[in-house]
Amino acid sequence: MGQKLTSIINKTLLILFFTFASFIVLFPFYVMLISGFKPATEIFSNGLNVSMALDTLTLENYIHLFTDGKEYFRWYSNSILITVITTIGSVILSSFAGYALAIYRFKGRNLIFGLVIFLLLVPVDILMLPLYRVMIFLGLVDTYAGVILPFIVTPFVIFFFRQYAIGLPKEIIESARIDGCTEFGCYVRIMAPMMLPAFGAMSIIQAMNSWNNFLWPLIVLRSNESMTLPIGLASLISPYGNNYGMLLTGSTLTVVPILIVFLFFQRYFVAGITMGGVKG
Amino acid sequence: MVLSPILFIKLCKGGNTMEPQETSTIKVSAKKRKSTENPIKKLIFSQKLAPYFFLTPFFLVLLIFFLYPIIELFRMSFQHILIGQTEWVGFANYKQMMNHHFFTAVKNTFIYTFWIIAILIPVPMALATLLNSKYLPFKNFFRSALFMPALVSVIVGGIFFSLMFGDTEKDFINSLLVQIGMEPQQWKLGAATGMFLMVSLNCWRMMGINVIYFLAGLQSIPNSLYEAAEIDGANTIQKFFRITVPMLKPVTLFVLIISIFGGLRMFEESYVFWKNGSPNDIGLTIVGYVYQQSFDYNAMGLGAAVSVILLLLALVIGLFQLKHFGAFKED
Repeated sequence: MGQKLTSIINKTLLILFFTFASFIVLFPFYVMLISGFKPATEIFSNGLNVSMALDTLTLENYIHLFTDGKEYFRWYSNSILITVITTIGSVILSSFAGYALAIYRFKGRNLIFGLVIFLLLVPVDILMLPLYRVMIFLGLVDTYAGVILPFIVTPFVIFFFRQYAIGLPKEIIESARIDGCTEFGCYVRIMAPMMLPAFGAMSIIQAMNSWNNFLWPLIVLRSNESMTLPIGLASLISPYGNNYGMLLTGSTLTVVPILIVFLFFQRYFVAGITMGGVKG
Repeated sequence: MVLSPILFIKLCKGGNTMEPQETSTIKVSAKKRKSTENPIKKLIFSQKLAPYFFLTPFFLVLLIFFLYPIIELFRMSFQHILIGQTEWVGFANYKQMMNHHFFTAVKNTFIYTFWIIAILIPVPMALATLLNSKYLPFKNFFRSALFMPALVSVIVGGIFFSLMFGDTEKDFINSLLVQIGMEPQQWKLGAATGMFLMVSLNCWRMMGINVIYFLAGLQSIPNSLYEAAEIDGANTIQKFFRITVPMLKPVTLFVLIISIFGGLRMFEESYVFWKNGSPNDIGLTIVGYVYQQSFDYNAMGLGAAVSVILLLLALVIGLFQLKHFGAFKED
């Protein structure tokens, strides 16, 4: 009887505790969401607060964003384009490298793997200056390619795919070869399908990193039209508060797609993070 | 970046899943393979060349976007760079680096990193342990809730925070302070409150991720240890400090290292509050200093010199990590 009572008390305390913790953590989302529906003048004069008078709630900010926010939607489409290309490109190209390092024995394999490990330790941010010069030389400043290319093969993703591919049964390739399958055919038809969970986990990590990437795009993208969302939004921040409406609604709409993806692919998020680790 | 706790745990336990097995059958069958194609085509499609084809994109990116820039970074740090002309200046950039802006940047970066470590290791560890409790229902829900801020970019999160921590009495956090009888704060003007903003923004975003790391680590602790402890009459607190904490050591080290890396390259948390100019440098970080010097003051050589220092620091920490885990002893 006593034990049952303790278990009920424990359960209640834990639920209370985590409800409280979730409340605090999710609170900024709530403030953001309702503030987007407040008249901009009210936010400017009363500051951002939680008071919610139902009768003053308005769609004004959203209407304003959708009618005058041409710039904002330009950034939005830039972000989507860059994220999609970076994610697909980097996951596929890095999987090639990881696969080769896991499956084949060849000259220089250990050296190349050593290099991959070395690159894991070099944050790209530190190389921003020489990288910027490379981009000037290649004429890629202010282009999407300039943002995407340095991340198109990612050491971390290579490492992840190598670890994953090592666990795959190699006998299958063996028999496929006897049946006349080319090396690339083996990869596409046999091995890649077996690595689908790795593709899932890495796509999500890469999409998240790319969608939220800041420093490098800030350096490469110089004109207003080519900006991505984080940079564009950052450019709207000013001490005078005249952009509150657009900042709030714009930020809210930035979070929505990734939240939707998260709700559907939660399992992959957790797998991707626990198996790999996230940048930043 | 860096490596997964799960892999580490496996590796530390001496698993040999790392090593690709060389199967001699591969070679034999390659020889057996009958082919009527011409020799060049045969070579191109051969097993010998295949890995190099697969690695070509990596080689290109490696050379253009990593190795060359690393060399160029060292070169730049000895140059005075203006548009169209560069001049060798020896160690002048390194000497110029010794100024109070740079020292403030280093100080801020270290203080920031210290707080991140002091908060983002013990708190998520405790949260994960509680979340793992057999008494708690709706585990997935709570885990997802804690994780959600991680989906938000630093900039967007920073915009939420900027607005909540506004300077007037009516802004949300200040209005709470006033209610409990405290003075409203000018959050973005003081060194301590500025640091508080940056640290809390990062903690808000990273907490859920670290909780997931620790949760993963907890799954690898054998239940028998806890059962044995229970038989010996250990209470919950004792079990936590005597079993959970020591058994989580690999994950803790992993989180420690990513926290140090994250702290060293911190930039956005400061940029979102002050752009590149904070009052009295209260938000200046090392990467922020590099950015400011290089792109606002056109002193790329100085920026490069600071980057070199940062690169060396990152490598030292990284090598320590590799050495500690001993994960990559080849063959």
